[in-house]
Amino acid sequence: MSTAEPGPVLSLRQVSVRFGTVQALHQVTLDVHRGDFIALVGANGSGKTTLLRALHGMLAHQGSRLLADRGALQAMVYQRPFMLRLTLANNMRLALWLAGVPRATWPQRMESALRRVGLLDLLERPARALSAGQQQRLALARAWVIGPSVLFLDEPTASLDPSAKKEVEALLAGFSADGMTLVMSTHNLGQAKRMASRVIYLEQGQIHVDLPTDRFFGESLEGPASLFVRGEMAWKLD
Amino acid sequence: MNGFGASVRTAFDLIANADAALVRTVLLSLSVSGSACLVAAAFGLTLGAWLAVARFPGHRLAVLGVNTLLALPSVVVGLVVYLLLSRSGPLGSWGILFTPSAMVMAQTILVLPVIVALTRQLVADSLRDGGDQLRSMGAGPMRCALLMLLHDRWAVLMVLIAAFGRAIAEVGAVMVVGGNIDGVTRVMTTAIALETSKGDLPLAMALGIVLLLVVGAVNLLLSLAQRGQGSALAGVR
Repeated sequence: MSTAEPGPVLSLRQVSVRFGTVQALHQVTLDVHRGDFIALVGANGSGKTTLLRALHGMLAHQGSRLLADRGALQAMVYQRPFMLRLTLANNMRLALWLAGVPRATWPQRMESALRRVGLLDLLERPARALSAGQQQRLALARAWVIGPSVLFLDEPTASLDPSAKKEVEALLAGFSADGMTLVMSTHNLGQAKRMASRVIYLEQGQIHVDLPTDRFFGESLEGPASLFVRGEMAWKLD
Repeated sequence: MNGFGASVRTAFDLIANADAALVRTVLLSLSVSGSACLVAAAFGLTLGAWLAVARFPGHRLAVLGVNTLLALPSVVVGLVVYLLLSRSGPLGSWGILFTPSAMVMAQTILVLPVIVALTRQLVADSLRDGGDQLRSMGAGPMRCALLMLLHDRWAVLMVLIAAFGRAIAEVGAVMVVGGNIDGVTRVMTTAIALETSKGDLPLAMALGIVLLLVVGAVNLLLSLAQRGQGSALAGVR
């Protein structure tokens, strides 16, 4: 895990998001520092995905979203990656084209990204013919290839078998070791403990706890976060 | 039963003898309906994709309107185009009434709503699946919609086949704006209508069978192309 440097690369200030009558995020203030590996945890509907989308700038919201470098690229990997009915190579080219990466650098970038995720030999295979684990690795390559300053991950291993999960976790650990900033939502507290440098606990669209990983799991938390960590959320009646 | 049997025999005789008038009529039918579909596709695919992502006051009304136009009577289209192209009409100076060009124009108008409505639905469904992820990669709404046309290219082909089927099977519009002139604007459906009015029902039925066989052959070619692509993508979800 990388040590966080001062000066946030991305900040939210008093951000609120509402979907109809549902307040998905409420007055969230958050700084993401270079090299952070943040795990967003919380029950279903607590606002993890909404927070990721707000951080990525994909949601209309109240409050402000501040980027240290306005030209920096960001990428997001979803639980079930969407691949166009094209080859791996063309899905990668699409990502590079959409991100506005100079065409001259595409071959070298694609080769290093696909080599990194172990899919270089499958360059001309249809992306949708890959297994779920391979598709998730391709999604990581597709995100990594544009050189994002921050990579957002929405439960990236939730629908994978243990072996594929391990492969994806190894890749994420590698990205983090290289200094990439990652923000990941997860239901898997073990995964958060193993991988993240910082854990944020959300409930009802608000940040209740934001601590370095060792303190999050080491300190005696109070209230709902404590129940969540102890796995007793399901028994909360009120 | 005998009448139907005679029709089938006549149909196969016409095909086997490669009757010159029949070949000319079939080729004109294919070229008029094919051209109409190509022109309508150029506008309809883009318009359908745009309608899938555009949000403006009256959007729902526009979608409702396009869907309603799926039931557009071909004779009404023929009448409208006739009025436009007639000597006193606003486009009368073009001088294309009772020519294949007028028939292409009428069929283009007829199949445009089919392509727009089906494309809009197709793109909207695909966007629900992957639109968010394409947007997260930096694609704007219209680019997302056009990428979905690429993603669903075989379904788009089915839309075009449906439009072609609508065009080649219609009789009202081409009859009104084409005039069913032998050797000039006579297509399969107007020939069938003519033979029916003359009371030569076996020949009319035979021409109907030929029409179905021609359309079937076009669909077969397209599905073979699709299958060829499909086998290359074996196992693709």
